[in-house]
Parts: sequence; C-alpha cells; structure tokens
Amino acid sequence: MMGVAAASGMMLNSKSLLAQPSVEKLYDIPKFGNVHFLHFTDCHAQLNPIYFREPTVNLGVGDALGKPPHLVGEHLLKYVGVKPHTPEAHAFTALNFEEAAKTYGKVGGFSHLATLVKRMKASRPGALLLDGGDTWQGSGTALWTKGQDMVDACLELGVDVMTAHWEMTYGDKRVQEIVENDFKDRVDFVAQNVKTLDFEDPVFEPYTLKEMNGVKVAVIGQAFPYTPIAHPRHFVADWSFGIQEERMQEMVDEARSKGAKVVVVLSHNGMDTDIKLASRVRGIDAIMGGHTHDAMPKPLIVDNAGGKTIVTNAGSNSKFLGVLDFDVVNGEVKEFKYRLLPVFCHFLPADPDMDKLITKVRAPYESKLNEKLGVTADTLYRRGNFNGTYDQLIVDALMDVKGAEIAFSPGFRWGTSLLPNTDILMEHLMDQTATTYSHSTLSEIKGGQIKAIMEDVADNLFNPDPYYQQGGDMVRVGGMQYAIEPNAKVGSRIQDMRLNGKLIDDNKTYKVAGWAPVAEGASGEPVWDVVATWIKDKKTIPSIKPNVPRVIGMDGNPGFIS
Amino acid sequence: MINRNAMKDTVENKEEVMDINVSKRNFLRLSSALGLAAFVGLYKSGDVFAAEWKESEFTADNLKAAMTSIGAEGYTMSGDVVVDSAEIAENGAVVPVRVKSAIPNTEYMAVLVEKNPNPLATAFNIPEGTEANVKTRIKMGETSNVFAVVKADGKWFAAKKEIKVTLGGCGG
Repeated sequence: MMGVAAASGMMLNSKSLLAQPSVEKLYDIPKFGNVHFLHFTDCHAQLNPIYFREPTVNLGVGDALGKPPHLVGEHLLKYVGVKPHTPEAHAFTALNFEEAAKTYGKVGGFSHLATLVKRMKASRPGALLLDGGDTWQGSGTALWTKGQDMVDACLELGVDVMTAHWEMTYGDKRVQEIVENDFKDRVDFVAQNVKTLDFEDPVFEPYTLKEMNGVKVAVIGQAFPYTPIAHPRHFVADWSFGIQEERMQEMVDEARSKGAKVVVVLSHNGMDTDIKLASRVRGIDAIMGGHTHDAMPKPLIVDNAGGKTIVTNAGSNSKFLGVLDFDVVNGEVKEFKYRLLPVFCHFLPADPDMDKLITKVRAPYESKLNEKLGVTADTLYRRGNFNGTYDQLIVDALMDVKGAEIAFSPGFRWGTSLLPNTDILMEHLMDQTATTYSHSTLSEIKGGQIKAIMEDVADNLFNPDPYYQQGGDMVRVGGMQYAIEPNAKVGSRIQDMRLNGKLIDDNKTYKVAGWAPVAEGASGEPVWDVVATWIKDKKTIPSIKPNVPRVIGMDGNPGFIS
Repeated sequence: MINRNAMKDTVENKEEVMDINVSKRNFLRLSSALGLAAFVGLYKSGDVFAAEWKESEFTADNLKAAMTSIGAEGYTMSGDVVVDSAEIAENGAVVPVRVKSAIPNTEYMAVLVEKNPNPLATAFNIPEGTEANVKTRIKMGETSNVFAVVKADGKWFAAKKEIKVTLGGCGG
C-alpha cells in the first residue's frame, strides 16, 4: 500500500507547460517509476475529433458539497492550479468556450488518442491501457454496427483491460459474443459486480493479474452498478449488478494474497461513489473511474482503514488520457504521479493505421452521416446538471411534432458540442440520440405523476449518499417551469411546477412527450427521425435559451460558473 | 445464501464451475417437473427455518405494531447485526436481502420493511449451533428502511438499511 509520502507526487506541475502550448510541453511527460497505467473512459464511440463543452453547472451535495469533482470554471482552475486562457483551461472548463474552441481546435478522436497512447507506451514499457467503458455507444456507426466499429478500434488502440456500462444495452448475448471472440486472449473484460440472478454466479472475470517490470499488478473491474435500472431490464434480464462492496474487499484481498503489489480498480461507478468506496474498502492503490464524465486533472487521496487510495476520473469523449505512474520498490508503492492529458488533435498528429481503420468502418455510412439537416446559429451542447441547448432543441422538436405541452429528455452526459454557424449533420444528431432504445413517446400523465417522476430523477442525482445516486444529470424539461432544492429530502426537492404560469394540478392530465423509455415493451418512432424532420423544416436553428429550473439553496456553490 | 467459496472456485476453475452451473439449472428444471413438494421434502424444514405462523405478526400494519407483535419493541440498534442488500433495488418485487447476526445465542431473526402495508416480511428461528446468516427475497412497494431484528438471550437487537425503489432511466 501507498505510504503518506506518496502524496508528494500528486501535484500536476502544469505551470511550465501552460506557457507554450506546444506538443513537446504538453506531451513530453518523463517516465516515472516502474508501474504504469493509461486510462481512457466514456469516449462514447467518438472515433473522430469533436468539440466538447464541459459543464457550467455541476453541483455536489452531502459530503461532496462544494468539493471536487463538483467544481466548474474558475473554481476548478483555481483548485488544480491551471491558468485561464490556456489550452488546458479550455480542456477542463467551459470558460470562453467558443473562442477557445476556435483557437485550440477539436479534441479527441481515436487517431490522435492512438498517437498519444503510443507515445506514452514508448516511454513506459509494459504500461497497461485501461478502457473504463461507455465505449461502444454514442454514435451512429456504433449503433449501426452493434459496437463493432469501437471493438475494432479498441483492438487497434491496444486496450488491455476493460469494464462496461452502455455496452450492456446491446444485450447480454452481444457482450458475451465480443468478450468470447473478438477479445479472446487480447482484452480482459473484468467486472466483479456482475452475477447471475438465479445462483449469483460470477458472469465475468472479477480481475486480471499481470506482471509489469517484475511487479505483479491486479486490475479489478467494476461495471456500472445500476445498469438494469438505468436501462430497459431485458437487455441484461438474467444478470444482477450493484456496488458489491463486500465482494470488492474479497477480490482485493484475494489479489493481494496472489502476490499483487499494486491493485487498481477500473471503475464505472461515478466519482462520488468511487470516493465513498475508497473510504470503505482497504488495500486499493487507485480507483481509475468514469461514468460521471468528470475531467479531474488532480487526483483525490482518500483515507481508509488500510491506508490511502487515489481516486481519478478521466472525463469523456476520448478527450483525455489519464497517465498513472507508480514507483514500486521492494514490493511497496513508494510514490506516484498522475496526469490527465487532454487530446488536442492540432498538437498530436493522427496515427495512420487508426486513421485507415476509421475511414474503413465509416465508409458504408458516410452519406447517411453527412446528410445536412440545417444550420445552428448558436453553440449546441448538452452537458450540465439541468439543461443544455441541444436538449432544449430536442424537447422543442418533440413538443412541436407530437403536439405535447411538456417534453422530457433524459439527463445523459454524453453528446458532443457544435460551434455557432455550423451545419448540423445527421452524424451530430446521432451523437445526441444513438441508443438501442431511443423510441419517442407521447403519454397522458397526471400532474402528480410528473412530480413523482421528477422527484425520482432528482434523487438519483442529489441523494446525499452517493451509493444511492445513479449518475447522469437531471431530466431536461421543455414547456414546464419549476424550482429545485437539491438539499431538500426526496419528495420535496421539486417545487413550483408551472405550465404557462399556472401551477401544475396533481389531478389534471397533461400531454407529455419524451424518448428513451425504460418500460417494458415500449415503442415509437426513433427520436432522431422526429428531430431530423423538425430541423430540416426549420433550416436554421436560432439562438436557444435552455429552460432551466430556479435552483434553491445553492447560492455561492462552486459547482456554478461565476 | 451466497456461497462465497463457490465464487472463489469459479475464478480459479471456471470451466468446471460452468458445468456445475448447468447441472444446477437442469436440476431445478427436473425438480419443478417432479413437483416442488418432493424438493422441499429433502429437508426437515421445521427444524431449519420457518417460525410457526402467527397471523397477527404479519397483519400488523405499521412498524411499531409489527415490532410489538413479535415482542421486539424494546430493541436496541447494534453494529453486530447486518442488513446486506443493494442500495437501489433492481426490481422492487424481488429484493435480495441478507441478514446476519454476530451476537452469540441468536435464536430468532426477522426482516421488517417499514413502509410496506404489513412491515413484517419474514422471520426465522435459528436452532442452537446454527450460523445466524440468512438470505431471502422480499417485496417492497416503495423506498423504505429495512430492519433486521434479532433475539439473543432474551434481548432484542436491530439494524436497518434504506433500500431505494426507483422508476429507473436516465443513466449517464
């Protein structure tokens, strides 16, 4: 286990590289120690470079109130010691988004990520590349190939170990097909917390043991604990998930007893849940996490009964690569260094092999992807606790086309951004909507039920105990205004719900449109068709003001951009 | 009950355990074909589990009344009693819950769901010398505290855990 001295290695020495945003300064990261993990997560099938606006609202509650990762804008920069008006400030925050995006260019893309991975692997022999999941979903091509484009790209990238979340929405059989065929002897698919419903037998290997530069290391997998609840149950009808804290401890102990000197958990819990897990389970050196899409350049050090555990989270959209170096001497972790490197495609040349593969997998779909739907006058983005312009566009389209008074769009955190005065292509719309259950719906719902639904979602986001949170953001609401008090108890967070200024009546029935229902047997026109038709009809999408709730009791919270 | 050792075996010896899993499932199919009575008849159930049926305990319609009906109204909370379950139920109709007690001479354990119309979900007599560790599946109408109540040497102890029943959807 890591000693106290390890904390000395944690500061990201970012000042020197900020002065000159050259590839050497950004990516010339000297090797440290002898055990190395490279980590990307939640790329949501973005093979090509994109724009991605980080949140301006990311509120923490309970023990996480005002604490990392719930810091945005200047608050985050101050905490991590990054100067504003730099490429890194652009990577980690939404500050000055449009201008910075134009200056520094697109981010992510597997060709550019591949170049960075190769660079890091060259200086770090034996380094393991970890994929935190949410890799096979989030684009048109991933949906149309049932994740095959991403599976092939990950094999080309050299992924060593993977865990999962959205992967499961292709169904248990598809996941097992990939694990047993494509990944056989190449990628270890690990998840200690997935078991069969009937006999509670493990479905996947819980962890993998590897030898790296003479040191035995273990990587334990933690799939998204609430997969069967967050998505239609039938995709994984025979499997049970959950956090499984007790089994995690057993797996850590078992890996240690088999000689592991470094134990890393590859997690899709979400960062708040990982922080709690790190405080309760002994013997984990680092939890490298995802799910909540927190681009946290500075790791957290969490105390527990067995010592200290590093907790990291590596953002989304293949925009970042986490690099964790351990110095292991005589079987003990002495020190570590962690960096979260932004993938700027202007500063990293494309890897030719990966580029070729991407061109090939996209070829059959190019005309479909490049269909122009319209032009946006303003920035389109999704990320943030309550709403973004992209979701506002979706709920506006749903209300219009379906004749609804109110519309809901799920609080997904994936979905890329578009700059002002650019074309909206079908590819971009698929980036917001491509799931295996994106049916659009129109329902007659009583006011009391609307309130119950919103309270339920709000509790998944704002329950003070992270083990009771599911990740994701608040459901996006079109047509109806409301107030929210995140620190209130479940049942009283949602207040003052109004339609056209009139209070919502518990007993009155309202027409509510939505998409991505989790209920059994749901059907309906794919939401991308509804929205595509609507955009084509409009041609130009004018400036959009997202409908956001009045937030009560969070004044001065550093989870708001100031 | 979770067989922890079986899980460890699976890690090391997956293929063998896979065979066992298949035969477990086949056995279940077979046993249901033969009739459940025969299966249950393998055990002298009266010795092992199942307190005798006391209607008033299971019809009590609030937590306090249910506690009183089993005689546990004077319980104290104890760290030696554990309710182990998922924080959020995958299906409120079948929620796996394990209750265990490290208190010596535990002779009785009950599971109560505070917000169910009838809180007492199940109760077990624990014969002398038996490990007080039971896994069962309960039904929950809504998010609620779930209590494990234990009787040992005539005294009552309890633990509780909130289990959330959610509508689902909207994952990150």
